Amino acid sequence: MTTGKTKKQRPLSPHLQVYRPQITSVLSIFHRMMGVAMAMGAVLLIYWLAAAAYGPEPFARAQGLFGTWFGRLVLFGLTFSLFFHLANGIRHLVWDMGFGFEMPVLRASGVAVVISAMALTVLTWIAAYVQIGAL
Amino acid sequence: MDMSSPLARARGHGASKEGGTHHWWAQRLTSVAMVPLLLWFVVSAVGLVGADLTAFDSWISELGNLLLMSLFILTMFSHIGQGMQVVVEDYVHSEGAKIATLLAIKGFVYIGGASCLLSIFIVAFGN
Repeated sequence: MTTGKTKKQRPLSPHLQVYRPQITSVLSIFHRMMGVAMAMGAVLLIYWLAAAAYGPEPFARAQGLFGTWFGRLVLFGLTFSLFFHLANGIRHLVWDMGFGFEMPVLRASGVAVVISAMALTVLTWIAAYVQIGAL
Repeated sequence: MDMSSPLARARGHGASKEGGTHHWWAQRLTSVAMVPLLLWFVVSAVGLVGADLTAFDSWISELGNLLLMSLFILTMFSHIGQGMQVVVEDYVHSEGAKIATLLAIKGFVYIGGASCLLSIFIVAFGN
């Protein structure tokens, strides 16, 4: 217990380590992380389009690189990032219009974002495998 | 003694120093535009999985695709610049490092955007 002599315990300001993770804060941090990840992923778009401008062989090499297991892993991560950031971005736009701040709605919309992001990611990859005739 | 109002003293000391509202609005604009552009891009990208340059060429040479891809590139790199700026302003506190990072981001989005636009125009109109 604090006595008059010990230093008074001041309340801590909001800080990541003292907060119990909640769907609101976790999705907020995820939104930023996925955004930054995609900003770095933009390098791949620059490379892909530049390869097309350089000719058939560089483009085929780029397409082949994206087709390796590591390339697919990165693209899969970027696909999920894209759909998560998109869905949660729409959630943000709804907040900007002044709707959806009640706690039950906030949690439900968060769950909806995660589920729709996962579903759209899987759907996109099924479509991609159908496209190359692997499914 | 400081006779200025609390508002006057607070002004100009925010993370963005000035133009915060304009930046916020500009970011909403690119956000809204990215919704249909992203969906179009995903559908297009899926169609180009495993494509050779001939297939890519005939895709980008369609005027509608060239227009939408140009808009996608412009909007996306603007949005990257806006988003990364906010992240940097939130987490990088030393003034020198902040300006250096912001300049690097600006350089990345302008060079990256220009490179992407140039690339698709070369494929669409070249050869």
